[in-house]
Formats: sequence, structure tokens, C-alpha cells
Amino acid sequence: MSSLRTASGGRIDRTKTLRFYFDGRSHTGVQGDTLASALLANGEYLLGRSFKYHRPRGVVAAGSDEPNAIVNLTRDAARSTPNVRATTIELYEGLHAESQNRFPSLQVDIGAINDLLSPLLPAGFYYKTFKWPASWWQRVYEPLIRAAAGLGRAPTLPDPDRYVGRWAHADVLVVGAGPAGLSAALAAADAGVRVVLADEQSEFGGSLLSEPTEMQTWLAEAIATLAANPRVTLLPRTTAFGYFAHNMAGLAERVTDHLANPPPHLPRERLWQIRVKQVVLATGALERPLVFPNNDRPGIMLAGAARTYLNRYGVLPGKRIVVATATDSAYRAALDLRAAGADVAVIADLREAPGEIADEARAAGIAVRTATSVVGAGGLQHVAWAALAPVAGGAPEAVPCDALLMSGGWTPAVHLFSQSRGKLRFDADASAYLPDVSAEHERSAGACRGVFGLAEAQGDGAAAGASAASGKPYTPSAATPNGGGWLGLMPNAPAKKAFIDFQNDVTAKDIKLAVREGMRSIEHIKRYTTTGMATDQGKTSNMNTLGVASGALDATIPQIGHTTFRMPYTPVTFGGLAGFSRGDLFEPIRMTPIHPWAAEAGAVFEDVGQWKRAHYFPKRGEDLHAAVARECLAVRASVGMFDASTLGKIEVVGPDAAEFLNRMYVNAWTKLGVGRCRYGILCREDGFVRDDGVVGRIAQDRFHVTTTTGGAAGVLNMMEDYLQTEWPELDVWLTSTTEQWAVIAIQGPKARAVIAPLVEGLDISREKFPHMAVAECTFAGVPARLFRVSFSGELGFEVNVPADYGRAVWEAIYAAGRPHNIVPYGTETMHVLRAEKGFIIVGQDTDGTATPDDAGVGWAVAKSKRDFVGKRSLARAAMTGPSRKQLVGLLTADPKTVLEEGAQLVDDPHQAVPMTLLGHVTSSYYSATLGHSIALAMLVNGRARIGQTVHVPMPNGAIAVRVVKPVFYDPEGARLDG
Amino acid sequence: MQNFSALSLLRRAFGGHESWQPQWRTPEPKPEYDVVIIGAGGHGLGTAYYLAKEHGITNVAVIERGWLGGGNTGRNTTIIRSNYLFSESAALYDHSVKLWETLSQELNYNVMYSPRGVMMLAHTIHDIQVFKRHVHANRANGVDNEWLTPEQAKDFCPPLNISAKLRYPVLGASLQRRGGTARHDAVAWGFARAADAMGVDIIQNCPVTAIRRSATGEVEGVETERGTIRAKKIAVVAAGHTSVVMNMAGVRMPLESFPLQALVSEPVKPAFPCVVMSNTVHAYISQSDKGELVIGAGTDAYVSYSQRGGLHVAQHTLDAICELFPMFRRMRMLRNWGGIVDTTPDRSPIIAKTPVPGLYVNCGWGTGGFKATPGSANIFAHTIARDEPHRINAPFTIERFRDGVMIDEAAAAAVAH
Repeated sequence: MSSLRTASGGRIDRTKTLRFYFDGRSHTGVQGDTLASALLANGEYLLGRSFKYHRPRGVVAAGSDEPNAIVNLTRDAARSTPNVRATTIELYEGLHAESQNRFPSLQVDIGAINDLLSPLLPAGFYYKTFKWPASWWQRVYEPLIRAAAGLGRAPTLPDPDRYVGRWAHADVLVVGAGPAGLSAALAAADAGVRVVLADEQSEFGGSLLSEPTEMQTWLAEAIATLAANPRVTLLPRTTAFGYFAHNMAGLAERVTDHLANPPPHLPRERLWQIRVKQVVLATGALERPLVFPNNDRPGIMLAGAARTYLNRYGVLPGKRIVVATATDSAYRAALDLRAAGADVAVIADLREAPGEIADEARAAGIAVRTATSVVGAGGLQHVAWAALAPVAGGAPEAVPCDALLMSGGWTPAVHLFSQSRGKLRFDADASAYLPDVSAEHERSAGACRGVFGLAEAQGDGAAAGASAASGKPYTPSAATPNGGGWLGLMPNAPAKKAFIDFQNDVTAKDIKLAVREGMRSIEHIKRYTTTGMATDQGKTSNMNTLGVASGALDATIPQIGHTTFRMPYTPVTFGGLAGFSRGDLFEPIRMTPIHPWAAEAGAVFEDVGQWKRAHYFPKRGEDLHAAVARECLAVRASVGMFDASTLGKIEVVGPDAAEFLNRMYVNAWTKLGVGRCRYGILCREDGFVRDDGVVGRIAQDRFHVTTTTGGAAGVLNMMEDYLQTEWPELDVWLTSTTEQWAVIAIQGPKARAVIAPLVEGLDISREKFPHMAVAECTFAGVPARLFRVSFSGELGFEVNVPADYGRAVWEAIYAAGRPHNIVPYGTETMHVLRAEKGFIIVGQDTDGTATPDDAGVGWAVAKSKRDFVGKRSLARAAMTGPSRKQLVGLLTADPKTVLEEGAQLVDDPHQAVPMTLLGHVTSSYYSATLGHSIALAMLVNGRARIGQTVHVPMPNGAIAVRVVKPVFYDPEGARLDG
Repeated sequence: MQNFSALSLLRRAFGGHESWQPQWRTPEPKPEYDVVIIGAGGHGLGTAYYLAKEHGITNVAVIERGWLGGGNTGRNTTIIRSNYLFSESAALYDHSVKLWETLSQELNYNVMYSPRGVMMLAHTIHDIQVFKRHVHANRANGVDNEWLTPEQAKDFCPPLNISAKLRYPVLGASLQRRGGTARHDAVAWGFARAADAMGVDIIQNCPVTAIRRSATGEVEGVETERGTIRAKKIAVVAAGHTSVVMNMAGVRMPLESFPLQALVSEPVKPAFPCVVMSNTVHAYISQSDKGELVIGAGTDAYVSYSQRGGLHVAQHTLDAICELFPMFRRMRMLRNWGGIVDTTPDRSPIIAKTPVPGLYVNCGWGTGGFKATPGSANIFAHTIARDEPHRINAPFTIERFRDGVMIDEAAAAAVAH
């Protein structure tokens, strides 16, 4: 294939040749090329196949608006990226790209049969068919449709690349570094404020990069001035993809995608989340294609893109060129191409009276036909001719060409403005939606608000930048329309195969069909035809859709409205959005101070919320059950120790602390003496148990509140919510102390003997430190709060020491316990011990539907209190009575049968499905102490059923169980005192 | 109603598809209807359909502030399942799944119900307890749901990462094979077309401004921006804005509205065979027939009527997706959007008569109403037509919050310990 590279010019470095591969074939490009420009330079027009009809497609645009030329980019097996726009891929040595959505090859694609069948496949055809026979949808039709749809292939290996994120503040964020954005950044920086300037391209300059030489000096100086200013942050290759509430912007910076050998210390992408005082949007405008039959043939491209390929990349779009336009700007492309030696056969201008620039073109020797419409194109895998016809009517003439350039005018890129919830207005002169009423502290400048022309954009940008820096109200000058433009199907052109959304294969005919079928809302038209829903998000298609719909609906464009602009502006990598949050950093791992000791002792851990908790401490050869049996027996026989540090702890302090707890918890606290503690139940507003824990009164105005491990943060939030919004008059403050205290439970008949030598300043004798006492003391030489509490039914203590001493104190207890064969035990043993005693675990035995009474702890409710959270709800009709499920114990006939937690309870196991369910097994263990299995359950009217038999229906038959009281061990509580 | 079939498509192809009629009319509102339904989402349109089809009530208007199907019907991640814990919920959602199975044929509109299996991942011992409780309860209720080991889960969904090194390793999963997805827009359009064909007027771009009640309290009609419409029965099916509409009738609803986000990736060839949900790491994902990975994110922490959520919420979902499916890390988010979900205190819906005579309400579907569309519409139509609830929705009253008869699916699924 012949080279279309010009001899000189452009922003490329012709001395640096780069070898790359497309569909396995080797090509060369130069430094500064994109994949698209390098392929065009090599005469490769055919770059992809469309989504539905598999039509051959080439490059249409030169930037992120490209709908057609999308490829799979592969660095290695694990670094494969589908659906990348060739127009935004910076070429590097050794680049491998492959075309997509074709079989067996790009040139010969079996899927292209869909193009022949296209009369059967209009918009929405799949809603009308594939319904018979019903079973075929899932077995036959859907697999076929799924295989045909999709574009590239998802990677199959884990992505080894790294993604990072930054959070930043600035005074002014300028999005877009074209003439308006650069001017805005310069003006804002001049005012001395902190500026961030971001642009999606590799180089700053925007449209200036597509200009011939005259503006290049200004551009270089502007960039140098900004780069030298320490208050300015420049972010090239950075797409502002989202505009969020309160002037927060999301920016995706591509750090290494352009490098042949990315250094390992650099991340692939960096996500910026920037909150700023003012935003200047200088996002430019996107050129619109013209809509006519076969307007999708490779070789047909936007006139502005052709100008970019010529002036920036030194590539001619073809050798014999036809230009079809509805606006002045395409003449610039024609003139530049002509100057570069291309044969510009004709400019077909839709307008009757184009501006002076037409005379300039004629003077340069280019034929200009006015009032002329492009009504078709020929050629299969490459455009061969353009059909031009007078607007007034008459036979079209086929003009041979190898490149057809088109311009329907320019659509301001109002995406971010609209994302910010700014209101748009339709400007008939500009044939465009323009920013109208801002919702954020933001202003648009330049082409994105309809101000065209280099000098005009610079001036507009400078004014916007200066006003953004000052923060003062700002009235922008009037927009300057760009002269002409056309929306929708070309005059005299048939709608068939006249593409609006190239990638999704939506034609003008499809839009008309949708309207004919009653889709009158633009959202319905979009969803029915899928126009604007491809990976380019309708950048080139939205306005043409409105143009066609306007005609079909016989309504003006403002009457139709527009679809909602949503983030992201261009697709953003999942990994970039996930950022650091990966592996161990996916969520913080919380570990207690004793965790390393447990790990060294061989503990197996379980995840409880963010915590790692020791589940059990197996000795060599032991499984869970053997270890737990040993640990349980040891606690009952002698003593065990347990790391309870994960329990939530909240210090409730202040003159009204007792009153606050009275209102929060179901219990009464006023009469709780200093040095005493009490088991507290916290309900939600609906009267169901939310959390529980022991609360100790350290002083008249100070309580040490404990919560469940998982509930800690939620309970503190709930307390703060009530304190700040319901009872602001209470003089109380709340402090989370969960991580300040390490907590070690010592449980078992030898518990006192173990810790007695470690306690100073406190008499822990049975008489002086009874069950449910709390006191401050020195423990193993460390200041401590010692609780006399038991979650096992045995004599028990829980010592709280400052977290930094946790491991040392643990080791001291372990050493002191050695003569008593002390065992460390984990959460599983803790669960078995408490189940033997019938103590509930909130969240396991209760599930948010249990009242305190249901859970067997109704005794804790202070019924005489005027109010507490949930009191009103507990008075509701259905909260009491025989319909309630209540905590009971269950025993199986076979002592070895351990019921499955979650198994259901029924009266008659032989009843028909759906069965009447009476409740479920909440906790179930084998008790080594008792020598048989035990279970706790929530059972309808359970306490009245004690002594009766119910059944547990299992897949292989029902299990009969006897309902018993939920206390299996030491019901008298004799062991509490050792 | 024009028949939709491969044959009709072929026949009209010869005429360049010029002879297709509108799938529904664009009528002017009449002064009076037997029933006015406020809200033309899937539930509202379906209600109109079943009123006409099963109860012979065709003098019905469905009035809609915007465009039909434009609320949560067209914004959700289209997951369908019925493996709910409580018997009341299981009956409700399974009624719906049974209707899904024949809905395409029923409506002569391909809603693309795809029972490809919904798998829910367990990451903690607590998850296992909760999911097994669901499996046992579902079995007793005749709803399919089975427990899978991590290896079985990976067999069913090969992209799943079951490495023990995960921050929250997959410890098992529950699978409902009849669960799956459907095409959300087609559900709204299919019901709209079929209801319209039986005489139902669908009136779009018609915001309701007031609900009129007589001196004795019963409803008389609605005021709209397009005039007064009289009706002795008014059914409110307005999703996230239900409380706003019900306020017009003087009924304060036990609802809170939150923004809920979803997103899709760029389309790729089939890479994901089923639906996977994980409550612990906050992610759910499937792949649409178009090839996009469809991913549901969480609700914002605060109430709002803004149809967008915080970026951090979407990020948290994507980091979970990337942990479970690390090969998708290089995929890209193509579109992100939000909807407003109305949630009740027990996270179960309200499908009921109200204290106002002639006023009915169907709301509170929270984050999971799409799956219930045909079932909900079917029993709501029954409730309106007979002025008494269907057996299935009898428990889903407003009064249950007053009386404490909750159906608390959230509590049953969530609380960690």
C-alpha cells in the first residue's frame, strides 16, 4: 500500500521510527503518531467492523469521539485491553493491536451477512421475535445473540498493573487545554491562585495542535509560563470524566499507556478526585458527521479530523478528496490539503451562500458547488465515489474519490456542564445546546459554549479564568456561532443505510421506525434504537438523532429535549476507579494487639466485620471440632483466656450520662452504683434488638459501654444521631475507645487464682469483687479496668488495659496460668460455652426481628421508664402474644446429631409445600462438656412448647427434636463464683 | 394490536417496515376513568394490563410525569430471583417468577427473561449461617435454592476468584437456578402495548399536582398539569416519589427515598454466564445480551431525590468486582446512573389499600422491585378490582408498621455480629 505520509510538517518526529503490529502485520510509524494516524499513513483504511451489521469501518475522527476505529490492545497475555480507540492510542515501539468483532478476518467477515439480512434486523427486531418456542430463548436464541453482540473480548487473566489515586484541592480547575482553556489557566494563574489544568490529550493545545504553524509560538509560550508557575498543576493525558456535587471532579490520568516499557515504579493510571472553588470548562466542540447512505465507508471522515491528520501527524486522508460540508470550517481542511499537494476534487456546500472562505477556496483552484447535498457514497471496503446532488433536486452525480471529508457543523461539548446539573438551552442559530443556568460554581469558555474562532476563544478563556480566580459573578459575552451547520439526514438523501450512530449501526431509518412505533420521547428513541449508547456515548450522533427525530415527530428540537448526560465523559478503567483498594487494602484489616501472639500460636482466624478474630487454636493434628472440644473442656475444668479486644467500647461521659443511657438502652441505669456493671440491651426504634453488651459505671458521670464487635461503629453513630438531633439538651459526650483498650477474658474456676497475683490495688475476693463488679486497678503493672463478668457461665474476669500493653499483659496472664494449664481459646469455643448457658449472640440468635422478650432477655427491660428507644414500638399489638418467636433450646434424640444452623422447624414434616414454618435453628454445636449436641432456636410460641417435639425438615428426611429451656449447663448459676 | 413474530417481521420487511403502527397511542386524557394509575413504570403499566386482562376493567388511565418506563424500571440491573427468606416474601416473588416464565408469550413481546441463575456469595461464617437459613426455608416453601461449595461456585461461574488469599474469601454460595435477568425496557413497553390494546390510556408528560377527595374522604380524582381527571379509584405506583404523591392525598407514608447507582462496562463478547451477588463486599454483576457488564452499586447514606450518587459508592462497588473478578480490572465503565428507591422500615414492599377509600398504593420496593414487576402488578390489580387484597399481598399492608407485623428481609440478611 502506498504511503500517505507527507514529506514534512506536523508535530511528529520523523527520525524516530516505531515498529508496530496490526492484526499481526508489521508496520512502521513515527514518534508522535497515534495508532490511527500511523495506520492511515500506511494506507490502512479498514480498521474495524460495526456492532450489528459487521460493516467495514475506518477512522472517522481524530480524538476520543471516534466511534469506529476501536481495537484490542495487547501488551502481554494479562495486559489485554478491548475496545480502545485507535485515535487515542499513542504509538510506541512494538505495539500490538488487533481488530475486533470479525471472523475469520477483518477483510473477510462472516458476520457481514447481517448487512445483507439488515431488512430483517431493524431497530428493536429482537422484541418482536425469538419468542417461539418459549424454551428456545434461553437455549438457542439468546446464546446466538450474545455471541454476535459485544465488541472486543474481555481479558481472561488478572490484571497485574497498578492503579493509584490522589485527592486534591485547588482554587480553579480548568478542563481542556485548547486556546480557551490555556488562556483561562494563564489568567487564573496570573491572579495568584492555585490552578489545575487537565486535558485528555498527550499534548496541550487542543484545536491549536491541528492548526498550521502560526499559533505554535503562542502555544509553546503559554505552556512554558504555566509549567514555570509552582501554583499550577498540569495534567496531560488526563480526562475529566465526571462532575459531581459541590464542585468535585473526577479525573483519570493515564500514566504509562503511551510507553513501550512502562517503568515498574509507575502506576498505569491515577484517579484524581479534586474539589475546587471554581471550575472553568473549556472542553471545546465536536464535529458532526453528515447523514447519508453509506456514510460509514472507510475513507469517509470528519473534515476537522482530516485537518488534524494532516497538520498534526503529517498524513493525507487520501489523494483525491471530496469535501461535503454545511459549514465554513471544512474549507480550512480543503485549503490545507490542497496546499499539501492533495487533489481536492470538489467542495459540496449545502448552503446557498457560503462565506468569503468559498472565494478563498475557488482562488486556490478548488471547485465549490453550493446548495449541493451529499446523498450517497460508493465503494465497499473503501470509499470510491461520492454522490452529489443539488438541494433543489436533480440526478446525483458520482464523483470519484478516495477520501470523502464531511462537516455538519460543531456540537459544543456540554457533557460536563450538563453532568453538573447545569441547564442547557437550545440555540437555533448555533444549531446546538449551549450552557444556560449553572448549578455549580463553574463557567464555560470557548467552543463548548458556542464561542468559535481562535482569538475569540482566547479572549473568552482569559475572561473566564480571571473571573474564576476572583470568584466574582461573571457574565459571559455573547456566543459567536460558527456559520452554518446541519442536523439530521441530508436533503434528498434516502434514510436507508444512512448511519447516525456508527458503532451501534443506527440509521436514520431506524430513528424514523422508532417514532412510527410510538417512541416519542428522545429517551424512548435512544433505548429502542440504541442510538448514542455505544462506547462513544453518542458524541458524534446525538445531535443528528435529534435532527432526524425532529422531522419524524414534526417537533422542534427544544420540544424534544435531550437525553441526560452522564458520567463518564469517556470510559474509565475499573482498576483506576478501584485504585488502591485491592488485596489486603480492599478493606482495612483490623487486628488486635494480641493478634501476633495468636498467629504465632497457630490460631486459625475468621473475618468478623473488618476484624480478624482467632477462631480456634488447633494443636498438631486437631481439626476445628477437636480443638474446640479441648478448649471447652479446659475452660470448664480449669481456666481459659480469650482475646475480646474487638468488642466495641464507647466511653459515655457527662452529667447526663446516666439519663442518656436510660433513653438509649432498654435497661434502667440511674440506680446502677459506681463500680457495678449491667448487661444492656439496645433496641432500634422499631423495638427489635439491635445490640447488647456489658455497661460498667466507672464514676457517677462516666460509663464504660461495650457493644458487639460488628455493631460498634453503628451503635456509636446511632448514639450520636440521637444525642445531636433528638436530645441536644443532654450534656454528654461520646468517645469510641474500641482500639484504646485491649480486652482479655479469663474464664474458668481457676480464673481468680490465675489473675490474683497480677492485680494490685484491688481486692478481687468473692466478697469484695462480686459478679458484675467493675473497678480500676493495676494489672500486671499496667493501669487497668477490671470487670467481673462471665460469658461462659464460669467464674470470669475481663481485664481492659491500654492497647499497647495488650500483648504483654496477655503473656503475663498466660505465664501466670501455666500452672493451671490455662488454654487460649477462640471465638468458636466462646460461642459453644455461651450457648451451653443459653446466652444469645445478637445477629446470630437474633436477626433484627426479635424483641428483648423474644430473645429471652425481657427481664432487662425497665418497664417503668418513661421512654427509651423502641419503647413505643414494643407496645404494638403484634410485639407480644403467641405469634412471637421465642428463644428455646433443642435436643436431638441422637446425641451425636448436630443440627444445621439455619434449618427450619415445623410441626408436621409431611405437610405439603409451602410448609407452615415455625422458626429456625440459630445456634448449634456439639457440647463436649455435656456429651451431646445442643441447639438454640427461635420458635413460634416457643416457651409454651417446652417439652413438645417439633421437626427439622432436611433434604434427606426430617429430624425430630425436643423443645427445652435454652440453658443446658448449670441452670442455677452455681459456677459463677468458681 | 399488530402481532409481533418472525413472520410479521419478514412480511413487513418487504414494505420497508413502513406499516408498523405505534405500540401504544398518545391519547388526550378523558374527563373520567374507572381507575387512574399514577406512575407508568413496569408495576403501574402491568397493573393496568392485569386490570384489563383479568378483571375486565379497561376504562383505565396510567398517568406519568415523564416518559413511560423512565424511572426505576429503566434504571435497574434487571435481576430476577425469588429465594427470599420469609414465607410471605417467597410467595410474592415466586408468584412473579412464575409469571416471568411466560411473559414474552403472554405479552407478544420478547422481554428476554433469561433464567441463567443467580448466585449469592458467602464470605463469612455469618453469611453461611444466613444463606443456609435461606436454603432451608426456600426448600420448605418450594422455592429452588441450593448451597454450593466454593469449587462448585467457580464451576458455575468460571471467572470467580475463590482464592483463599482474598480479603474476604468465598466460603460458599447459594444458587437459584430459576433466577436470572430480563430486558427492562421491554417489560415496560410490552405491558404498555398490551394494556393500550385493551383500551387503557397511557398519558405521558402529565404530572399530577393534587389528589381530590370528597367531603367524606374518598378519592374523586386527580388534578394534573393537563386538567382534572375524575376517578373513584386511584392507584399510586410512583416508586421513589410515592411519598410525595401520597402526601397529596394526606397520607404520610413510612418511606425513605435514597439514590441507588448502577453502571455498565463497554460491551464485550460473552464473558460472564450468570448473575453474582455479594452483600458482604457490596457488588452484583451480570452481563447483558448486548455484552455490557451490568453492575449494581449501593445506595448513598443519605436521603435524596437526586438521580445520581456519590463517586465513592461506585468506586467501592468496582473494587469489590475487581477483587472477585480480577480479569475485569482492565474493563472500563461506560455509563453510570442513579435512580431513587423508596424503602420501608422492614425493606419489604407495601401493596395495599390505604386509610383513604378508593386510594391504593404499591411502593417500598427498595433496591429490588424489578424482579417483582409482573407479580406485583398482578396482585395489585386484584386488590384494586376487588377492593380487597389478594392472598399473597394480604400481609404487605401499611398497617403492619403500626402493628409490628414486619416482614424484615433486610434484618434477616444483614446484621453482622
